[in-house]
Amino acid sequence: MAEVEESSKPLFAGLSDISISEDIPVEGDISVPLGSQNADNDLSTLDEPVKDTILRDLRAIGQKFVHVMYPKKSSALLRDWDLWGPLILCVTLALMLQSGSADSEEDGRPQFAEVFVIIWFGSVIITLNSKLLGGTISFFQSLCVLGYCILPLTVAMIVCRIVLLGGSGIIGFAVRLIVVTASFSWSTFASTAFLADSQPANRKALVVYPVFLFYFVIGWMILTFSPSH
Amino acid sequence: MSASQGSKNTNTEPWGGFDDNIIQGGGSAVVDMENMDDTSGSSFEDMGEMHQRMKEEEEVTEEAAATEEDTGEYGEFLGMKGLKGQLGRQVADEVWQAGKRQASKAFNLYANIDILRPYFDVEPIQVRNRLVESLIPVRMINFPQKVAGELYGPMMLVFSLVAILLHGMKTSGTVIREGTLMGTAIGTCFGYWLGVSSFIYFLAYLCNAQITMLQMLSLLGYGLFGHCVVLFITYNVHFHSLFYILWLVIGGLSTLRMVAVLISRAVGQTPRLILCGTLAALHMLFLLYLHFAYHKLVEGILDTLEGPNIPPIQRVARDVPVVANAVLNATINSIAAIVQSQ
Repeated sequence: MAEVEESSKPLFAGLSDISISEDIPVEGDISVPLGSQNADNDLSTLDEPVKDTILRDLRAIGQKFVHVMYPKKSSALLRDWDLWGPLILCVTLALMLQSGSADSEEDGRPQFAEVFVIIWFGSVIITLNSKLLGGTISFFQSLCVLGYCILPLTVAMIVCRIVLLGGSGIIGFAVRLIVVTASFSWSTFASTAFLADSQPANRKALVVYPVFLFYFVIGWMILTFSPSH
Repeated sequence: MSASQGSKNTNTEPWGGFDDNIIQGGGSAVVDMENMDDTSGSSFEDMGEMHQRMKEEEEVTEEAAATEEDTGEYGEFLGMKGLKGQLGRQVADEVWQAGKRQASKAFNLYANIDILRPYFDVEPIQVRNRLVESLIPVRMINFPQKVAGELYGPMMLVFSLVAILLHGMKTSGTVIREGTLMGTAIGTCFGYWLGVSSFIYFLAYLCNAQITMLQMLSLLGYGLFGHCVVLFITYNVHFHSLFYILWLVIGGLSTLRMVAVLISRAVGQTPRLILCGTLAALHMLFLLYLHFAYHKLVEGILDTLEGPNIPPIQRVARDVPVVANAVLNATINSIAAIVQSQ
């Protein structure tokens, strides 16, 4: 091997004396299939307008939203997972929770970070827990499901802000309580419907408890949120 | 050819040699395909075993074979192709290396999960029973009591405690200057669980008590169930007398349970006293701390520590006028409660 390496070094010296004529057909034969292979893989998305690509992705996200709002035994969320939806939901929720609650500037930033960290850290913990309990679901599938199932809580957050616009009396609080409780149970129910199949039958309660805790904390944050005046 | 092959066979890491060749970049697959027609069978044998490897490596092997044979005749030609091929090889090599790193990392993660899996091997009913048992001290100190080495319950209890603490911090309007509420809550709970477990384990080691780290973690983790219950109630129902009663009853029961287990596993008066005294004091004081620290007081303390930078709107501790008196007041109250209860 050492000889080879030594002898291969001066190869680059004599670039000028090259006999190309014999080698052209060989080069063509080899390089064309390589190029066409790459083109085949990318052609479907390379040639279409950017709008189509974005619309297709958005449609996929929207379909998953529908699946969460109407949870039935479907593997759509599990089959092709993505993290765009969770990211959108998480950022929306964090922004809405952050923008009002800041009494001062220094208080606002940790609020956003806190929501963000709770959501992602919590999902990772739940996922690891389900893996440890013997779940057959993959890491990102679980993250995807847990992230998409925040949707009812995000909707509850929007409703709460609208209710808070009208004033925060006892009726407003009652409405918020009802909305948040409903969306909390909705989230828990939806994520359980998706995740439960991958778990051993006798251990579902153990997997559901952290999910319950996770959505409970988020729901509680939404309920106690009050905008500054 | 033979010399190079010999070195290939004796080399402990044959692929390292080929990796070197990637960087050298003698030629490209183009030349190689052409040369494969007139190479000897030995080269094909090499190829055969190499086909089991990744595609990039396969290409590299071919290139190496080609380089070995045709350096003389096609040297200059290889040089020209090398410029183009070299970059590709390097990129491919880096991709391969990065992929290998990722794969090994992922594999390690999964391996670690498999290592941890036995500790999470529980049934719901077992967890429920252990939660109940954590509040029932067993008076059996002659024979070592069984401690289940399991981590699911403790982990979930610690996370529940984190959530309850967050709740307490929020309702008390605690403001933490450096850091977030979340981080503080997680740090407090996990710090207590891991720190005190290690400390007691260390003491147990010194005192010759027979308990493993896993059992200690499980024992202390289930001991936190009492804390969760007490704090959950008292963060919502603000009666000091109620807290003291619960502190003594529920906190005391869970502490007694752990103390009983430790007594049964230690030998001799002094070791038992040291171990159990330390654990009981830490456990009860931690509950007291969690209750008062995040009830209404901590903000006053923080403001005092901050000095003149007090924001215009500041909360004052609810029923304690001077912060310095807080600890004293708490102590007096607890003593009064103890006296009353006896």
